[in-house]
Amino acid sequence: MNGVLTIAGREIREGLRNRWVAAATLILAALALALALVGSAPFGAVETGRLTVTIVSLSSLSIYLLPLIALLLGFDAIVGERERGTLLLMLAYPVSRWQVVLGKFLGHAAILAFATTIGFGSAAVAIALTADAAPAAAEWWSFGGLVLASIGLGLAFVAVGYVISVAVAERTTAAGVAVVVWLFLVVLYDMGLLGALVATGGQGFLGDTLTVWLLANPADAYRLVTLTGFEGAGTIAGLDAVVADLSVAWPALALAAWIAAPLAVAWTIFSRKEP
Amino acid sequence: MTDTRDAICLEGLTKRYGAFTAVDGLSLAVPEGEFLALLGHNGAGKTTLMKMLLGLTRPSAGQLSVLGTQGGGAAARRAVGFLPENVSFTGGSTGREALAFYARLKGAPKAQVAELLEVVGLTDAAAKPVRTYSKGMRQRLGLAQALLGDPRLLLLDEPTTGLDPMLRQAFFTILKDMKARGVTILLSSHVLTELQLRTDRIAIMRGGRLVACDTLHGLQEAAGLPVRIRVRVPEGGAQRAADRVGAGATVLGANGRSVELGVPVAAKMEALRQLSCGPDGTVEDLDVLPPSLEDVYAHFGGPAAPDEETLS
Repeated sequence: MNGVLTIAGREIREGLRNRWVAAATLILAALALALALVGSAPFGAVETGRLTVTIVSLSSLSIYLLPLIALLLGFDAIVGERERGTLLLMLAYPVSRWQVVLGKFLGHAAILAFATTIGFGSAAVAIALTADAAPAAAEWWSFGGLVLASIGLGLAFVAVGYVISVAVAERTTAAGVAVVVWLFLVVLYDMGLLGALVATGGQGFLGDTLTVWLLANPADAYRLVTLTGFEGAGTIAGLDAVVADLSVAWPALALAAWIAAPLAVAWTIFSRKEP
Repeated sequence: MTDTRDAICLEGLTKRYGAFTAVDGLSLAVPEGEFLALLGHNGAGKTTLMKMLLGLTRPSAGQLSVLGTQGGGAAARRAVGFLPENVSFTGGSTGREALAFYARLKGAPKAQVAELLEVVGLTDAAAKPVRTYSKGMRQRLGLAQALLGDPRLLLLDEPTTGLDPMLRQAFFTILKDMKARGVTILLSSHVLTELQLRTDRIAIMRGGRLVACDTLHGLQEAAGLPVRIRVRVPEGGAQRAADRVGAGATVLGANGRSVELGVPVAAKMEALRQLSCGPDGTVEDLDVLPPSLEDVYAHFGGPAAPDEETLS
């Protein structure tokens, strides 16, 4: 465990030194604040709380941004060290491959969790300070859930990034693959699904198994977590029909699987490769 | 096989990458406390051998034990210090931070960081980012990390390439201290002259095979290389001097004023007597050059065969 924590600690220090932590936190805070202060203006008099509105708009925007940040963190993890020549030296130490993968993951998880919590949290604080009525306790719980789910989304894509990082031989290839993976999982997948639904009129095989298709993509699983989990959120987003009879446990579980499975795959590939 | 008095024991060790055999049936025992030099052209399998010793690469066939542990494994690695060829560090960290990271990874006491920085002469540069380090400084930091945790075996992959002569001297002084403490050292190198006086035994690899392993003296004998005698003669006297030595000698090179003769080791004294007892003016001066490590290496290692070069 000592080796894991040592490697995690170095990743965090590296993240602080090369301003990764600062940049990610600032981007997420700017996004959240913009949505909180500008985006909720038309809803001023609606009974839905401003924080809830912000939760919905935040979740639909961070679904693009967080995977990108996470993949950028993840793709370089192994292949970058291999290319810089530091990997061989590290593996010559008394650490095993799973310790390297897990240590890096914990370090990146800490960076991502910090950036998300501080970034989104600043928006919540801004709303609490400026709104006429303070957000209800339930709204705070929902917001906490959003932050947790967002961290989960980020971790899933960090893990996917690791799979890319251990599988390819060059850093530039990894970067290219990461962009393609992001485009596919975050943009094209939904468009394809939507197109297929329209073509089949929502009937038949695809209509019946839609939930499964959504759970099979970490970004969509995240969407379902945020929309089913929080009171009132589904209504605003207009996704009532899809999420009506779905427990929040399923998408949450899918998201957890999207963290664990790629990590396991990355470790398996990594332990078979020779540095 | 698991004789604890051998730091390294290899039996028929083989590593194949597809059709290419990087290490081919290597058998070698390195007793504890020995300083063994590993010579060979690029692609002769030196680095592959080190990776197998560290347990980073699985052998295709054969047995190996390191410090009494079969294979590499974390247990053996704790007692092994490794300096890879072209060592590099995470650029942004300072020298001290980089070394502290490796110390924690190895479970070495924290106090060793400052100690080793002092040993390799980097105390003044310890607070500077590693990316500002020169090649020599990086190499010294690399040696420092290899010495963390008081290793019993040092694997050094071409540690002195790119170092100036002064640094090389300092480098070998440190290694001498380590050897005095009973540390086994396996060092691969291209710079032959520096190894001549410092190593116990010299192993020569060629195309993945161990072609020779002995002391320099043993290698010289086994190679059967001639002693070279360089004779300075008056103008036009070269042939006369060569003739004096007789049939055992071969003329390796000559110009008007000097001649270089190759003489079998056994015939050396007789040749010297013949040369020095001649009439005045036959020989003005002479130098005796025993076969150098370079000659021995050229004899055993030979030029890389064409197929070896393309594959290396």
